[in-house]
Amino acid sequence: MSSLPKNILVVSIVSAFAAVAFAQDKPRLGQPITEPDIAPWNIDIRTPDGQGLPAGRGSVADGEKVYNGKCLACHGAKAAGGPVYGTMVGGIGSFKTEKRVLTPGSMYPYAPILYDYINRAMPMDKPQSLTPNEVYAVSAYILNLNGLIPADAVMDQNTLPKVKMPNAGNFYVDDRPDTKSTRCMRDCR
Amino acid sequence: MTLPSNLKRDPTLPEPATSTAAAPASLPRRHFLHKGAAMAGSAFAAGTMGAGLARGESLAIPEAGKAMGRPIPAKEYGMPSKFEKDYVRVRTNVFVNRQNHSDWSFTPLQYQQGIVTPNGVIYERHHNGTPDIDPDTHKLVIHGMVKQPLVFTMSDLMRYPSVSKFYFMECSGNGLTDWTKPASTTVQQTHGLLSCGQWVGVPFSTLLDEAGLAPGAKWLLVEGADGAGHTRSIPLNKAMSDGLLVYALNGEMLRPENGYPLRAFFPGWEGNVNVKWLRRIKVGDQPWHFRSETARYTDPMPDGKWRQFSMEMDAKSVITNPSGGQKLAGAGFYEIRGFAWSGRGKVAKVDVSVDGGKNWREAALEEPVLDKCLTTFRVPWNWDGRLAVLQSRVMDSTGYVQPTIQEIGVARGIHPYAFVQHHNGIQSWAVTERGEVSNVIAS
Repeated sequence: MSSLPKNILVVSIVSAFAAVAFAQDKPRLGQPITEPDIAPWNIDIRTPDGQGLPAGRGSVADGEKVYNGKCLACHGAKAAGGPVYGTMVGGIGSFKTEKRVLTPGSMYPYAPILYDYINRAMPMDKPQSLTPNEVYAVSAYILNLNGLIPADAVMDQNTLPKVKMPNAGNFYVDDRPDTKSTRCMRDCR
Repeated sequence: MTLPSNLKRDPTLPEPATSTAAAPASLPRRHFLHKGAAMAGSAFAAGTMGAGLARGESLAIPEAGKAMGRPIPAKEYGMPSKFEKDYVRVRTNVFVNRQNHSDWSFTPLQYQQGIVTPNGVIYERHHNGTPDIDPDTHKLVIHGMVKQPLVFTMSDLMRYPSVSKFYFMECSGNGLTDWTKPASTTVQQTHGLLSCGQWVGVPFSTLLDEAGLAPGAKWLLVEGADGAGHTRSIPLNKAMSDGLLVYALNGEMLRPENGYPLRAFFPGWEGNVNVKWLRRIKVGDQPWHFRSETARYTDPMPDGKWRQFSMEMDAKSVITNPSGGQKLAGAGFYEIRGFAWSGRGKVAKVDVSVDGGKNWREAALEEPVLDKCLTTFRVPWNWDGRLAVLQSRVMDSTGYVQPTIQEIGVARGIHPYAFVQHHNGIQSWAVTERGEVSNVIAS
């Protein structure tokens, strides 16, 4: 018996709010934030030119120490392959053979990829734990093992992007579809 | 006769009088007989391939009809029948990794009924395991070449107008073990880095418009909050056209292994770009060339170079029944069925061959036939009991026809030792006179 008054009440509430709700069709719920406040997450390196590389520096010798302490258990001595992962050394010149060997030395077109990847993902059991100096140092050590920088080299935000990588220039953008099959139905082969 | 697992014989029944050869226990048990007990009792009973009741034998009242069933719990998440133990994801048993944090598992396509993959068997590919992220603390930030950097909570994001779309998702590495030799046994191992479902989320364009794109913006990066910090560069026009920030799949929030509470989704593109546990979007004027788009997820080419940013998935199809590891019970009627899909549009035609690609017959496509979505195809087949090689071939709405492996080989370098991506060649299943179905590479 009281249903009619309730309905009237409901309708009047909806009417009152409808004008407000439809006035703005975009939620705009994002909270403004400043780039300094994003800095702890802002870890990407634009690898062709090294944009985003932080201050800090690391030598090949320092890198060997960091590597032996934090990387060797999985990747093996001198990055030649260990119990979990294969070699990170060699393979340069193998891409025109039947047996391509993919390593940072043979494959990475830009040396700052080492920094970006080691910094965000390594060591696997404690990612994002290395200091910038440690990341530069391990990058230097891997590059040296691949014969791409001398033993006395020091990597930093200026030197790392300048390392010449043998696979630079060997990439081209997707050009598929690359096959032109036809819909043969009878006596096709 | 070994009955399929979901057609277990009532233990009160006597052994069938006419027994056919039992399938080895290791073979998948549900091939072709999983249409229900009613069919097994009628259609198959009189035929050459079915066990069932001996003539004159009466039906016993099943135990289930003589007792109370389980009561309704106060609350629960329902699980599959205990008789469905084969319907599970499995890790690769061909390309075996020495750790299982950067690894993958496959969807059991041979058992999938319809185009929707249940959430518990959506394929997995992680680069450092599955994190458990509290949605109340998770944040998404949008910054870089935008007018106003913004941060969002999950409860913010779920208030935005959402869309719900059916799309397939396929790993670019699907089939990578079987380019030069039939290394895998089942369709789960050859094609199971493939799943399909209804993805629910907010268009990228909504949030990018809110942040405001700065002049010159052309690319963005999507970055995960997991221990791999997995990151990819995405062209801005793809994100703005149909990119989604997905929080739900098939009627519920994403499962942890599929990106809970938030992932990117770019329809029709390789699975790797659909970054899970999404925490950050940064807008820029050029790609970043991360490890995951240079040293990995690139295609080796015959000239020693590499094809990069090959993110659209070419049209592809596969027969899921009969498929590798199954066994036909004898000559007679079978329905050949499978899935077809394309990252560039809809499935237009599917053809099926039972003679290794010499002659083809157009298959029936089952509605719905959706853009960038699995489509079911079916062809009735009367097996004569002789050697057969089954193949399927899709043409998509762009007119592109699925190639043979040999045709792809002419266009690309297929090196047995390279990590070759984007295998969309025609799959062949051989059926022997004994009905055994196996993975082969047809010449």
